[in-house]
Amino acid sequence: MKKLINNAEDVTVEQLQGFGIAHSDIEVQFDPNFVNVVGGAKDRVAIVSGGGSGHEPLHGGYVGMGMLDAACPGQVFTSPTPDQMFAACKAVAGDQGVLQIVKNYTGDVLNFQMAADMLRDDGIDVRNVIIDDDVALKDSLYTAGRRGLGTTVIAEKVCGAASQEGWDLDRIAALCKKVNLYGKSMGMALTSCTTPQKGSPTFDLGEQEMEIGIGIHGEPGIERTAIKSADEITEILANHILEDEAYTRNLSEWNAEKGEWVDVETIDITFEDGDEAIAIVNGMGGTPVSELYTVYHKLAEVAGRHGVKIVRNLVGNYITSLEMAGVSITLVKADDEILRLYDAPVNTPALRWGI
Amino acid sequence: MDRAMGGAPAVLTGSAVRRWVEKSAKVLAENRAYLTDLDSPIGDADHGNNMDRGYKAVLEKLPESDDIGELLKAVAMALISKVGGAAGPLYGTLFLQASKPLTGVREMDGAALAQFFDDAVAGVKMRGRSDAGMKTMLDTLIPAAEAFRQANGDGDDLAAALRAAVDAAEAGMKATIPMRAQRGRASYLGERSIGHQDPGATSSYLILQALADVVAEAP
Ligand SMILES: Nc1ncnc2c1ncn2[C@@H]1O[C@H](COP(=O)(O)OP(=O)(O)O)[C@@H](O)[C@H]1O
Ligand SMILES: [Mg+2]
Repeated sequence: MKKLINNAEDVTVEQLQGFGIAHSDIEVQFDPNFVNVVGGAKDRVAIVSGGGSGHEPLHGGYVGMGMLDAACPGQVFTSPTPDQMFAACKAVAGDQGVLQIVKNYTGDVLNFQMAADMLRDDGIDVRNVIIDDDVALKDSLYTAGRRGLGTTVIAEKVCGAASQEGWDLDRIAALCKKVNLYGKSMGMALTSCTTPQKGSPTFDLGEQEMEIGIGIHGEPGIERTAIKSADEITEILANHILEDEAYTRNLSEWNAEKGEWVDVETIDITFEDGDEAIAIVNGMGGTPVSELYTVYHKLAEVAGRHGVKIVRNLVGNYITSLEMAGVSITLVKADDEILRLYDAPVNTPALRWGI
Repeated sequence: MDRAMGGAPAVLTGSAVRRWVEKSAKVLAENRAYLTDLDSPIGDADHGNNMDRGYKAVLEKLPESDDIGELLKAVAMALISKVGGAAGPLYGTLFLQASKPLTGVREMDGAALAQFFDDAVAGVKMRGRSDAGMKTMLDTLIPAAEAFRQANGDGDDLAAALRAAVDAAEAGMKATIPMRAQRGRASYLGERSIGHQDPGATSSYLILQALADVVAEAP
């Protein structure tokens, strides 16, 4: 293993220390670890997310004006703990409550639910919205369901903007759910990645092989195939997204009347001729940005063929898997409301415009 | 460890529970790389580190008490606040759920321990929305709980009943190899999850084995 680290045990703390010094307008807290905007979200809804480390700039890089108010980084690829989330939410929540944006991985979901229970007991109004946009997984009955991928970034951006506009908690939670229903993603890997703790690649991938349908934790995908050209790979990912059928699953949601977590049947949109979309061509961490533009070139063509017009785009590393080489594509159907909120000013380490 | 007339331990004391926790921490530290390796082909290569980190925190937080409920609650809270991932809330809920009826209890007989295992299983099922056959820790815990209840009902002493539970746990753990995962990260792999032993089923086996060893070793 060759890595820019000192001790494998210390990486998350040392990286957070550096992040704090580099971005003095953001505060970093330790024990429990979290990152937050100075002053919190006093008179508006607080937006909080979190997940394992190793996906930078997600989530800490999206803390700042117009996006997240706080983020909880876990150990590398390991969901953070409820007490981190509780402390982060407490630190930034004002009297308008807090929205938790949660990627659909068992650990993230369970820990955030426990944190939400603790916050509710503490008198804080909390909503918990799950992002599950990975079209590589077709079935939710015999799996943990679709994973949360790039749509998370758009949800954080759009909900952060809505908070700045003064929307109330229920309306922002509904917006977040809409973005999730409108967003679809799929990824692929050219190489595995190595966590500092394990010190060797999570899986072995031959020179002439690739993994299709990966998540963001260095876990293998749904299928291993022979390597293909950038255009062919883009075509596969884009077609899966654009031709994905309405996906029906149960998502867990707090029911205040019953006083328990209940399953709510939720159905995605499908892309239609004439739709507009926000696109992310996301590097997994080890792929040059130049190659991502090759993918974007083809993506625009495939989307156009389906009658979908890409009206905004992000091309770069937004939700990564350490040094894995590969790409994920996200398309979020954009209506006027989503576009307006997307275009609103944002000032975070990783996304900054309109200021 | 108190002994019945025949010399075998009749009850699990608070101090035996403390030794169980210490032994679990030791065994999980020794098996850290093994558990993380099991979590590589069908997971994200962190289970051994998660469990080791969690039980190290448990050792720091373990109170100097013989109240079994208090001890197990401390285990739960340390795991919940230190492990993260899926295993943190699942093991945390397991111990939290099982600790609830044990507040103020300083000795557990076979019937109490059978109830403890049932509560533990119920906690994981509730939190994980999971059941037997899904290739998770429950495939170790459920047969172990059943085997213990059976052996205890048949009149086995604690050590023998725990031995039966560990044997059932081992078989359950191995039975995860041909299973297709339906919960947790391994479920994303579909058919490709077949042929690998579940890391959580393995850590559960190690923790149960630690309990059986502590009871068998007790002077
Ligand atoms: N829904 C569930 N119910 C019961 N056990 C589960 C569930 N999901 C995952 N597990 C267990 O958790 C283990 C993985 O733990 P760990 O690797 O620490 O967490 P993560 O999957 O978040 O990386 C699996 O091997 C499995 O035994
Ligand atoms: Mg894992």
